[in-house]
Amino acid sequence: MRLLLDISFTLLRAKLKQSIIAAVGVTFSITMFVTLLGFMNGLNDLLDGLILNRTPHVRLYNELRASPEQPIDRATDSSTYNFVRSVRPKSELQRIANATGIMDALEKDPRVLAVSPRLVAQVFFNAGTVDLNGQVSGIDVGQEVRYYQFADYLVQGAPHDLASGGNNIVLGKGLAQMMAADIGDVVQVTTASGDRTLLRVVGIFQSGIADYDKVQCYASIKTVQKILGRPSTYYTDINVKLHDILQAPAMAQELGARFDVDAIDVQTANAQFETGSNVRSIISYAVGVVLLIVAGFGIYNILNMMIYEKLDAIAILKATGFSGRDVQRIFLSLSMIIGIFGATGGLIFGFGLQNVIDSIPFVTQALPTVSTFPIDYNPKYYVIAVTFALITSWIAGWFPARKASQVDPVEIIRGK
Amino acid sequence: MNAPHNVLDVVKVNKSFHDPVTVPVLKDVSLSVARGEFVSITGKSGCGKSTLLYILSTMDTDYEGELKIDGEPTHGLSGTRLAEIRNEKIGFVFQFHYLLNEFSALKNVMLPGLKLARKSAAEVEQRAMELLKDLDVHDQALKMANQLSGGQKQRVAIARALINDPLIIMGDEPTGNLDSRNSAIVFDIFKKIAAEKTRSLLIVTHDNDFAARTDRNIVMDDGRVLL
Repeated sequence: MRLLLDISFTLLRAKLKQSIIAAVGVTFSITMFVTLLGFMNGLNDLLDGLILNRTPHVRLYNELRASPEQPIDRATDSSTYNFVRSVRPKSELQRIANATGIMDALEKDPRVLAVSPRLVAQVFFNAGTVDLNGQVSGIDVGQEVRYYQFADYLVQGAPHDLASGGNNIVLGKGLAQMMAADIGDVVQVTTASGDRTLLRVVGIFQSGIADYDKVQCYASIKTVQKILGRPSTYYTDINVKLHDILQAPAMAQELGARFDVDAIDVQTANAQFETGSNVRSIISYAVGVVLLIVAGFGIYNILNMMIYEKLDAIAILKATGFSGRDVQRIFLSLSMIIGIFGATGGLIFGFGLQNVIDSIPFVTQALPTVSTFPIDYNPKYYVIAVTFALITSWIAGWFPARKASQVDPVEIIRGK
Repeated sequence: MNAPHNVLDVVKVNKSFHDPVTVPVLKDVSLSVARGEFVSITGKSGCGKSTLLYILSTMDTDYEGELKIDGEPTHGLSGTRLAEIRNEKIGFVFQFHYLLNEFSALKNVMLPGLKLARKSAAEVEQRAMELLKDLDVHDQALKMANQLSGGQKQRVAIARALINDPLIIMGDEPTGNLDSRNSAIVFDIFKKIAAEKTRSLLIVTHDNDFAARTDRNIVMDDGRVLL
């Protein structure tokens, strides 16, 4: 086999220019493949991260709904229909009963990475004569910073200002602009039940989703409990982050049943993101594979040409004792050598091009956390690219190699 | 191992070309070549002597009849096995040099030896150098094949044919493309090989002077062996 490889290399050197051109074809396609997938997945991760970073893997809450068992049902038997539904939803129902107990149980679950409670309050901001609709989320600031990248989305102010307690609030950027409020200003908040509170702005927050930033505000849990006039065990949501996001749907079902609350997993809540990511991935793979196939045709052409030019050499090799299989291996090795060199070059150039893209400035209002184009340097794409390149080279080499192995030496030698 | 059998035994070989009409080219050809014999085949152009030679070389397997090389029947052997036989037992010299231009003269000689892999690469190289020296082309050893003159190429090709110490050397008009001086040199080389009485030679030629000076001359006409 070493002898055959040696012959392959010698033949390659004799046709160095064409071989390099064929290898450059592979290099180009691998470069594009790696860059495209890295870039596309960098974007995917960024866009998914917009939602997913700040979305719990499982959210436990109570959906507001009318009592499923109306009093009249108790008075009549099940063979009749009742249309009288008089008991409306109670606001108290939003509260998760025994939230501290549930949180304790979740903390002990080995699948759970982090548990953080939340308390959501619907409020009005009084800006002059206008009342702006808003939603204040009471958060455990430490947990949010650690597990939900809260600090990344604060464009002004620092998370610890919020954590330090007191009547502090972080406003969404859109909302702050509408109220012309800046850090240090005091805004007035009215709850649905009419209680008024004055809160000091300590930070501005930008998620990248404009509509969201016009409504969403954050305060510490204690502050929100105070605004609503609720006790310190009043929580409306428990957010759970898991070690493995793929377990979320199953966990959501399990937790919902176990604690008798509503539970939604991230995949269900954000199905459209998954779909978008998948479609983008499929497109990039398709383009990459097409590039590789084109490169494969390049190899195929050059090998075919080489075999035509080297008929004499093939005949001599066969006459002097090399079998058809040896000849086939020589030309298959040729193809694989071109493929391996091309692919190696492609990986290097691909990495380089990824770095170039990674350093191109990309500043947009919608994405406060990025300053350059995002790139996913996952080695997975390099492995896939090389695997595909080698398979393509092998197939591209196999057909010409088989043709070479079937060359009849007598025909060549006598034909001269 | 005193091989009692001939190097080459051919029994009733028939071959026809089928394109476009069936034309018989070899008719009941039978012949033998003993160990150490220097045999030439002559005949008019188109009499089938080259066709016969390529059947004997095992490269052409499309024939009827029996061919034994060193006592081993070759009919029905796999292409790989036939290649092994060619590699080990047959040395081939063509009319048109047929060296690999991508390799140096030395490497050309070494390739069949490396393929046989009975000796280490260093030993093969040493043997190749000896052969080139015997044939007086050792000063060209490291030149690329396409930088050599015709006579030099043919001598390198003969060295290549000898590298695995074959039982028989076959030649298809080995002097046909050389001037008289180089032809004489090549003939002398063959004569020297024959004199060692260890290797047989079977040379197809149309040069009657050449044929007359061999041990035995087989004359062919119209697909038959006359003598």
